[in-house]
Amino acid sequence: MATAAIHESTARKLTKRGLSIVAIVFLVLFALIETMPFVLTIANSFKCLPAVEQFPQVFVPNSLTPTGCKNENGITLPATATTTPYTFTPSLEGYEKIFQFDFPMWFVNSIIYAVNVTILRLILNSMAGYALARMTFVGKRAYFFGILGIMMVPGIVLVIPKFIIMRELGLLNTYWGLILALAADPFGVILMKQFFESVPKELEEAAFVDGASHYTIFFRIILPISTPALTALAIFSFQGTWNNFMDVLIINGSSPNLYNLPLGLALLRGQFGDTLEWNTFLAGAVMTTLPMAIIFFIFQRYFVEGISYTGIKG
Amino acid sequence: MTNSPVLSSIPHKSEASFFRRLVNTEQFAAYMFVAPAFVIFLLFLLLPIVATVAISLTNWNGISPLSQTARGASGQIIFTNQANEEILIPKGTELKSPIKDGVIYVTIEDVIIPAGSGSTQQGAVQASNNSLGRETNIRANAVTLLPDALLERVSVTNPLPISGGVDNAYEWVGTTNYQRLLTEEGLTQRDFFLSVKNTVYFVLGVVPTQTILALVLAVILNQRWLKAKGFFRTAFYFPSITSSVVISLVFMWMFTRGGLVNTILGGIFTDYQSVTWLNDANGVLHNLFGVFGINRATAGEFWQTRMAGITLWDWISGPSVTMFTIMILNTWTTIGTMMVIYLAALQSIPSSVYEAASIDGASMWQTFRRITVPLLGPTTFFVVTIGLIGTFQVFDQIFVISSGGPAKTTLTIAYGVYESGFRNSQMGLAAASALVLFVIIFLFTLLQRSFIRDQDET
Repeated sequence: MATAAIHESTARKLTKRGLSIVAIVFLVLFALIETMPFVLTIANSFKCLPAVEQFPQVFVPNSLTPTGCKNENGITLPATATTTPYTFTPSLEGYEKIFQFDFPMWFVNSIIYAVNVTILRLILNSMAGYALARMTFVGKRAYFFGILGIMMVPGIVLVIPKFIIMRELGLLNTYWGLILALAADPFGVILMKQFFESVPKELEEAAFVDGASHYTIFFRIILPISTPALTALAIFSFQGTWNNFMDVLIINGSSPNLYNLPLGLALLRGQFGDTLEWNTFLAGAVMTTLPMAIIFFIFQRYFVEGISYTGIKG
Repeated sequence: MTNSPVLSSIPHKSEASFFRRLVNTEQFAAYMFVAPAFVIFLLFLLLPIVATVAISLTNWNGISPLSQTARGASGQIIFTNQANEEILIPKGTELKSPIKDGVIYVTIEDVIIPAGSGSTQQGAVQASNNSLGRETNIRANAVTLLPDALLERVSVTNPLPISGGVDNAYEWVGTTNYQRLLTEEGLTQRDFFLSVKNTVYFVLGVVPTQTILALVLAVILNQRWLKAKGFFRTAFYFPSITSSVVISLVFMWMFTRGGLVNTILGGIFTDYQSVTWLNDANGVLHNLFGVFGINRATAGEFWQTRMAGITLWDWISGPSVTMFTIMILNTWTTIGTMMVIYLAALQSIPSSVYEAASIDGASMWQTFRRITVPLLGPTTFFVVTIGLIGTFQVFDQIFVISSGGPAKTTLTIAYGVYESGFRNSQMGLAAASALVLFVIIFLFTLLQRSFIRDQDET
C-alpha cells in the first residue's frame, strides 16, 4: 500500500516535471513570437533597402556609426556590401526618408491630440467619477447606467453621427473637433469612480466639519491623493489617443495638416501601393512606437494595475 | 473656489449667501461635477446613437448639408426672333423642359426681342417648381420648348447650362436600407452578407484562439516556481500598447511574398511553395477540402444553391488566406491584454483552494478543468465579451493591409460601413449596416453568456 503510494507520487512528480518543461518551452516560444517582430523592426529600420530583403535576417549591427547606402558614384550598394553572415552595417537611410514626408508634422499633431485629450479626460473623468462615487443627486442612477450602456455600443456605430455632429458644429477638420470628441470616456469615469470609492470617507468628513466646500474638498484634498488612479487614467488616455486611427480618419481625414502618426503612415502606405520601401516604413513604425514604449517602461506598473483594476485598455 | 472674488463682491449680503448656499449644496456641486463629462457624452455618444437610427431611415448621401431643401435650377437662355416684328415675351411665360416631362421654367422678367428675323435677346429663367430639385438641371444647348403660341415666331437655345437645382438633403425612406441589406436580392445584399460571412469567420477564429492561449499562458505564468515573470508579462503585454497601424505595417513586411515568414517556412519545409499571404482570396477551408479532392466542381449540385446571393459552397469557404493572416495579427496583438486580465483573476483565487484539491488527490488536469476554469468563469465571460466587441469591429488592420480585397474576402461589416458611408456617399445604408452590426454583436454576447453559463454548470 505504502510503496504503491510512493510510486504513484514519484510518477506524478515525473509528469509534473515533464509538464513544467513543456510549459516553459511553450511560454518561451510564445514570448519569442510576441517579441521577434519588434526586434526585427528595429534592426531593419537601420538597414539599407537591399539588406532589408536579405535572408536569413541578421540583427546585430557591426558598428555604432551609421554609414550611407550608396557608393561614391551614388549607386545603391548591394545587400552583400552592407551585411555579413551575422551582422549588418547600420544606416539612417530609412529615418532620413521618413523625415522627408510630413512625418514631423504628424508627430507634433499626435502630441497635440494626446496631451490635450489626456488633460481633459483627467479633469472631466475624475470630476464625474467623484460625483458618482461620493455625492447623492437626482438622476445619479440614470447617469451611471447610461454610462455603462454607452460602453456596450461599438465605436463604428457612432462614427457616422459623430462625423455629422462635428460638421454641424463646424468642428470637422479642426484640432478641437477631435479633442472634444475624445474629451471624456465612459471607461475613465468608471475607473475613477471605483478608485474614489476605495478612498476612506473620514478625510472628507473632517474637511467638511471644518467648513470646506465640495469643490475645495475635491480639488485640494481628494485629487492630490489620487495620483495612482490619475496616472493609470493618464497613460490609458495617452495611449488610446496616440494610437487612435478611426476617429482621426473620420473627423480630420480630409485635411492632411491634421493627420496624426497612424493616419499619416496608413495613408502613406496607400500612396506607395505594393512597392514599399520597407526600411522607411519600419523607421516610421519605430518612431511611432518609441514614445509609447518609453511611457510603457516607465509606468509599466500602472498599466498592469490599471488593466487588472478595470479590465480594460485604451 | 468658495472665496471667489465674484461672489464676495456681490453687494446684497443675503442674496450672496443664498447664492453661495445654493452653490454649496451637494446637489448643485454634484451637477457641476458631472455636467462637463455629461455634455461630451450627450453630444458625441448618446446623440449619435439616436442619430444613427434616424439616418438609417433616410437616403442621405453624407455630403449635402443636412438643412438643404430642394431648389429648382435657374439660368440664362437666348431667344431668337423668327418673325420680323418686335416680340414681347411677358414675365412668367412658361417653357417646358425638352428632357423631363412636367418640368417647367418661367421667365423672370419681360423679354423684348428686337425686330428683324434672326435678332436675339437674352432672358433669365428659373424652374417653376422647387421641389423637383436636381431634375430641373439641364445641360448646355438642350433646346427648350415654348408654349404653342410663340413656337412659330421664336426659337430658344441655352448656350450655358441651366443649373443649381438641388434635391432635399435627404428623404425618409422607411426601412428601405434594411431591406436592401437583408432581403432584397442584389449587389448590396450580396456584399453585406459577404461582409457578415467574413466577419463571423474572423470572430470565430480569433476569439476562441486568443482566449484559450491567454488562459494557458496566464496559468503557466502564475506558477510559483516560474522565474522572470515580469519579463514574460512585459513581452506579452507590449504588443497591445502599440498602434494597430504600426503592427499592420510590420506584419505586411513579414508576410510579403519574398518576406520573412515564407523564408522561414521554406527553410523548415523543403517542398514549401511560397504563399502570397497578403493577396490570396482562396478560403482556408476550401484549401483543406482541396486536399481531400473536393472542390467547387466536384462538390455536387446542392452546394451551388444560392443563399443571399452567395453559393453554399462559398459560404463554407472559411476565411481567405489574407483574412487568415489578419487573424494571426489580431490574435498576436490581443493575447497580452487578455492574459493580464486572466493573471489578475488567477491571483485572486486563494491558494487554499488548490491545497484542498491537492490533498484530495486531484490531478493537474482535474485541478485545471474542475477548479481553475470554473472559478475563472466571470473573467472568461468578460474576456470573451470584449473579444467579441473588438473583433466584430475589425477595421484598422483591414484599412491598412487589404482595403477589403482580394475579391472582397477581407471586406468586414465595419469596413463596409466606412466604404458605403464615406466612399460611396450612402450614409443611410452605412448607418443601417452599423446598426445591424450592433444587433449581431448584442446577440453573440447573449449567446456566449448562456454558453459559458452552461459550461460552468457541467
